[in-house]
Amino acid sequence: MEYIKPEKIIELFKEKFNGSVTNNKIETKTAGLKKNSYSLIWLEIELKDFKEAVKFLCTIQFPHFAIISDNDTGEEIKLTYHFSIYYGERFKEISLNLATSLPKNNLKIPSITDLIPGAQTSEREIKEMMGVTFEELPDLPNVFLPIDFTKGVYPLRKDEKGVYPLSKNGKHIGGNITDKEEEVKKVE
Amino acid sequence: MNKKTYSIPIGPVHPSLEEPMTFNFEIYGERIEKVNLAPGDNHRGIEFMGRQRNPIQIIYLAERICGICSASHPFAFCQAVENAAGIEVPERGQYIRVIIAELERIHSHILWAGIAGHELGFDSVLYISWRAREEVLDLLEYLTGNRINYGIFMIGGVRRDISEEQIPRIRKTLEYYKDIYGKLEDIFLKDPTIALRTKNVGVLTKEEALNLCAVGPTTRASGIKKDVRQDQPYSAYADLDVKAITPDVLTGEVNGDVYDRIIVRLLEVVQSIQIIEQCLENIPSGDIIAEKKLVKLLNQLKKAKGEGIGRHEAPRGEVFHYVKLAEAEVPEVWKARAPTYNNLMPWAPMLLGEQIADIPIVIASIDPCIACMDRVTILNKANGQKEVLTKKDLHDLSVQKTRRIAP
Repeated sequence: MEYIKPEKIIELFKEKFNGSVTNNKIETKTAGLKKNSYSLIWLEIELKDFKEAVKFLCTIQFPHFAIISDNDTGEEIKLTYHFSIYYGERFKEISLNLATSLPKNNLKIPSITDLIPGAQTSEREIKEMMGVTFEELPDLPNVFLPIDFTKGVYPLRKDEKGVYPLSKNGKHIGGNITDKEEEVKKVE
Repeated sequence: MNKKTYSIPIGPVHPSLEEPMTFNFEIYGERIEKVNLAPGDNHRGIEFMGRQRNPIQIIYLAERICGICSASHPFAFCQAVENAAGIEVPERGQYIRVIIAELERIHSHILWAGIAGHELGFDSVLYISWRAREEVLDLLEYLTGNRINYGIFMIGGVRRDISEEQIPRIRKTLEYYKDIYGKLEDIFLKDPTIALRTKNVGVLTKEEALNLCAVGPTTRASGIKKDVRQDQPYSAYADLDVKAITPDVLTGEVNGDVYDRIIVRLLEVVQSIQIIEQCLENIPSGDIIAEKKLVKLLNQLKKAKGEGIGRHEAPRGEVFHYVKLAEAEVPEVWKARAPTYNNLMPWAPMLLGEQIADIPIVIASIDPCIACMDRVTILNKANGQKEVLTKKDLHDLSVQKTRRIAP
């Protein structure tokens, strides 16, 4: 298998998805006394090309999928898919973090489980925690939340669809603070 | 002929579990036809709790994600924060981190060996191996102050140094494990009954392991040379010679069954001993932490902006933490992923076609905490009869099978 350098991988992505790659960064980390290094790639891509990008990644090498991390930025929900490629050899592995943003009014993203079946658990988690719909993901019961959990409430959201805060200052943890101020006081 | 299947739910909660879990099996006769997994019975919302805490407070949360991997989660979390904030760990700190992480691997793998023996009805193995595990727990207590939840990791390094006087004690414990390893090898790899119960049981092929993104000894036993310590050496692993261990090192072939997972774990105990010895030889002098004053460190983190990932090869596989700092007291995002999360789906292909009596050992083979076999209900769909199997009944079934096939 041919080893493609991180710079080249970014170029390939840019070439293939012209203009769709909104952000890219290579990080090189060193460790130990000998200061050997390894690389990380951070890529951000528009939603329309997301599935194609994962498909393209699978042609480089079948990637190891770690997890999807979620971030409620207010207007959008940013999902970062953490992959790694070229595992199996010392210092060769590249972590590839592929991010995409979903507008709050249309939280839909194609499922990648047809390409990487191992992503199913993570997609189900994001679905119940953030309320993102994964197209073509079979409708399976909740992974982490109880079956009878209130519909329409997504615990990790920081807006009015999240759970209301239980902390004293009510900051940072999301939820509609003004509406439910009375209830928060009761809890405290 | 009418093919009647029975459904058997297994689980869900037991206090000693890291990840409680319900299994719903469709059984035809003795054979498993279908597996449904329903985890989440003990979801504590740790990521949500982290939203109210600063990064230093989160270390203590991360440490308590799992009682057995209580070095792995803070290791990965600290790396993620360091990567996000651009903090360099002094070399001596990196070496101490690796020593603690490898001691943890020894205790985790030996704990697993005991559980595997117990599941097969070989209880003397449980007693022998858990006795052997005490030595490393005592050593960890000697080095860090705690048998578990070591409280040694800090962003930028470690909190306690290893002094010259402590090194002979570490070497003594390593010698003890070298002595006892022969015994463990005898029990697990040369005993005909264990071979009968574990060979060609719970097979996970290489393709399945790749597709389902399995991690740790589970994926290595299927022949994939994947180990974060080898592929992307972080911390002091970058100086050390670590190779991913696959079962063909010993037997020359890869089957991906429970037996192979035993081989991988046993060999990793030896590997851990070698890693710690290399560390003790090469450990440099100097600082153990980048910033001693925690108030100053917190201020630095408050001003930091960026995102970072931390990966660590825990005893069960890759632990993954993602942190995003956004010039605030608390991190904007903290995502933690334990190895069993990725090893959930590989359970299905392993369990399909196996017998009920093999459930305990196959479930145990990926090294979750298997005490979740609390209560089993067998429901006969045809006449609605209900029969409850306790953990003990299920265990007895497994023991009976061992007795039946033992030569």
